[in-house]
Amino acid sequence: MPNRPGKKDIFLTGLWKDNPVLRQILGICSTLAVTNLMVNTLVMNAGLIFTVCMSSLTVSLLKNYTPMRIRMMVQTLIIASYVIIVDILIRAYMPDISEALGPYVALIITNCIIMGRCESFARHNPPVASLLDGLGMSLGYSLVLITIAFIREPLGFGTLLGFRILPEGFVQWTIMIMAPGAFFTLGFLVWIFKYFQPRNEGKETK
Amino acid sequence: MRARKQNRTMEQIHPLTLLFAAIFTNNILLTNFLGLCPFLSMSKGKKTALGMGAAVVFVMASTTALNNLVHYKILIPLELEHFRYIVFIVVIAAFVQLVEMTVERFFPPLYYSLGVFLPLITVNCAIFGASLFMVIREYNFVQSLAYGAGSGIGWMLAILTISAIREKLQKSAKLPRGLEGPAITLIITGLLALAFLAFSGMIRVQ
Repeated sequence: MPNRPGKKDIFLTGLWKDNPVLRQILGICSTLAVTNLMVNTLVMNAGLIFTVCMSSLTVSLLKNYTPMRIRMMVQTLIIASYVIIVDILIRAYMPDISEALGPYVALIITNCIIMGRCESFARHNPPVASLLDGLGMSLGYSLVLITIAFIREPLGFGTLLGFRILPEGFVQWTIMIMAPGAFFTLGFLVWIFKYFQPRNEGKETK
Repeated sequence: MRARKQNRTMEQIHPLTLLFAAIFTNNILLTNFLGLCPFLSMSKGKKTALGMGAAVVFVMASTTALNNLVHYKILIPLELEHFRYIVFIVVIAAFVQLVEMTVERFFPPLYYSLGVFLPLITVNCAIFGASLFMVIREYNFVQSLAYGAGSGIGWMLAILTISAIREKLQKSAKLPRGLEGPAITLIITGLLALAFLAFSGMIRVQ
């Protein structure tokens, strides 16, 4: 590849310009459900970041030895192995959170972002670049989910990370901790992001 | 999450109750956020939505029941529960491949209308999620079949509704910048989830 983008650019693209959630609307399935509590969101995101980075790295390291025809299966198995590691770790050290997260940790396997990054980036790029790409993408993804949790938890419970931040008299918006609240919050975030997006693109032609 | 704990101690739920609960009160898309990616990308037209929905119903019912057998008859006796994520994914992928080949060989017209959706289903998190919920809630074989079918029908119902609304919306509404596409779909989905909350008093499963 002649003009390969710099490492910093690879990292930043995922973080903001091509943000996987806001821009591509990918991989929201498995994690939107846990955004009603900040603690769950943070644990889930840590697991996701680890999985994306490690599987991007592994796929990239193995790219010359993986036959084209069965590459999807190989990628899925790599991702599943890392998710099992994450799942066992969470279950061992944070049993309460593991109980609350339920099947959603395992659902990281079918998160489209991981597969998407392996398929579109890690398969053609050197290991370090793939690792950075994974890191950028998963951080960008986490950022959005943390924002959603930051809106949902205070409005729904009046707390943040378990500490009360809104006064006792505050009437809790029960709707925010239920499913519709997540849909509304994400919908409005995407709207705001899309509203500002084209303007940014026009100005800075990097 | 607290409800799930009670569920374990509850006596066996009737499969028919479970079927209706999975469609209406515990809709896999509207309350568990599973299968959102194909939901957002495939809901542009009613015809596509119907095809995808029908494929999901069939595959979800079959793989949930199949994974139930695999889990209780193979994995538990061999004490391989830790590998269930990998095994479930492989079972789903293999099943989808098998169905695709069978349909292509024996029912070509069906293949052209439905077959294109089959490969996409392997990465549909709702399918995998249904199998995981089946294990966590300890359903037996018949219950798994009912739960899988119900979840599939519920998913189809949601995608059909949304696609019909989106078709109408495209013809008549003028939306502000940034709201068109995924943002408005998410907000409508939120409203739909709100409407489905009205069912929640009907059946108490969870």
